[in-house]
Amino acid sequence: MALSRDWMYENNGGTCVAIAGADYCVVAADTRLSIGYSIYTRDYSKICNLAEKCVLASSGFQGDIKALQKNLAARHLIYQHQHNKQMSCPAMAQLLSNTLYFKRFFPYYAFNVLGGLDNEGKGCVFTYDAVGSYERVGYSAQGSGSTLVMPILDNQLKTPSPLLLPARDAVTPLSEADAVDMVKDVFASATERDIYTGDKLEIVILNASGVRREFIDLRKD
Amino acid sequence: MKLDTSGLESFVPLSAPIDDLCPDLSAPPTFDLPRSADFDGFQKDAIQMVKPAKGTTTLAFIFKEGVMVAADSRASMGGYISSQTVKKIIEINPYMIGTMAGGAADCQFWHRNLGIKCRLHELANKRRISVAGASKLLANILYSYRGMGLSVGTMIAGWDETGPGLYYVDSEGGRLKGTRFSVGSGSPYAYGVLDNGYRYDMSVEEAAELARRAIYHATFRDAASGGVASVYYVGPSGWKKLSGDDVGELHFRYYPVAPSPTEQEMAEVSPA
Repeated sequence: MALSRDWMYENNGGTCVAIAGADYCVVAADTRLSIGYSIYTRDYSKICNLAEKCVLASSGFQGDIKALQKNLAARHLIYQHQHNKQMSCPAMAQLLSNTLYFKRFFPYYAFNVLGGLDNEGKGCVFTYDAVGSYERVGYSAQGSGSTLVMPILDNQLKTPSPLLLPARDAVTPLSEADAVDMVKDVFASATERDIYTGDKLEIVILNASGVRREFIDLRKD
Repeated sequence: MKLDTSGLESFVPLSAPIDDLCPDLSAPPTFDLPRSADFDGFQKDAIQMVKPAKGTTTLAFIFKEGVMVAADSRASMGGYISSQTVKKIIEINPYMIGTMAGGAADCQFWHRNLGIKCRLHELANKRRISVAGASKLLANILYSYRGMGLSVGTMIAGWDETGPGLYYVDSEGGRLKGTRFSVGSGSPYAYGVLDNGYRYDMSVEEAAELARRAIYHATFRDAASGGVASVYYVGPSGWKKLSGDDVGELHFRYYPVAPSPTEQEMAEVSPA
């Protein structure tokens, strides 16, 4: 596919994970950037702070992702000027969906996970496909290691479906420290079996007191 | 008489965009197209890479009391289940709902767009839009994008002044009025159960149970359908969600496991 004259995409690999809790949200991604079988850098952040309570982690083609992040940051700045407040995470989620869909015929090659706190302070995670279909979930993984990570998260964190009637709460009962530990374990496992995941893990934790960042080393092979 | 609304603009429009990389962000967005010699080939390749979520069972039918709409909740990307909790019944407004089948992003976006257009119609005409009108709006939009690779197979169900309404609209540009539809990879299985059990004069509970069973049987036999079977009822006072049941649990409700008497019990071996 990449050899045809007008093929315009690359896959830089990587895995992104987000977990929503009762009053926190954990967003994590590895920092490896690859093309084919080469590693171009071990130190590339896939996570972007879009708003005060809203963080985007994307895997896929980092060129498109850079453009997407710039687009969203600019739209957020315009919003702040017009409304004199930060965009809430659900609002940013719909903006991202529309931004992705408006390139429906020339897609952003970006698999996104948006994490943050909603207006009530509860954790929220939104998961996307490359053309903008989105869903609010309790946890999600996207990227090259997503098929390795999702089954573990389903096993440990599976919550009742939000579609059930009578409704049951969809947010994980884990504490913040447990969620961070879970993310570290899950990336250690993904690194073992996915060649595009590894080097370093960047974890961003959002809660009522602000945003915190942690870096953990992963296998470099 | 055309009103001068230029004073309502809250921003100064930027000068014309220099190139693709810095578009005028305050202008209404338009669809970017790739500058590729082979548009169709590019779309075919891109859609492989983008892997939109598809595979579904949705159904809707009109009966004496109104319209019954049901759907599963699985989204599959090839062989991978990308989600078991997709909302495939989209609430356009309090008296009209649409179902999602085909590309998830296509259906979500165009239904949201349809909801906006329906609201604008209400504000402009001081009355609610009819189901025929709403489905025609959507069909016309999809027809204008015909051949560009959109994948939408939706049913618009609602209650308007003429009573219950049900239309099937797809991305080929087709629009059909009808009383019984099922759309998606699981639709043959759902049709089997639905056509067998359908009567016009059912009560709401009977119709809901028929819809639920049809979805359950489709999820049983179709690998690309599963998750939660949601059932909605559209009546004179609008839509109401009647039930959402995990199809795994429905299986044991419909076919309970009878405890079989053990023929020969193995004695527990005590640790030596």
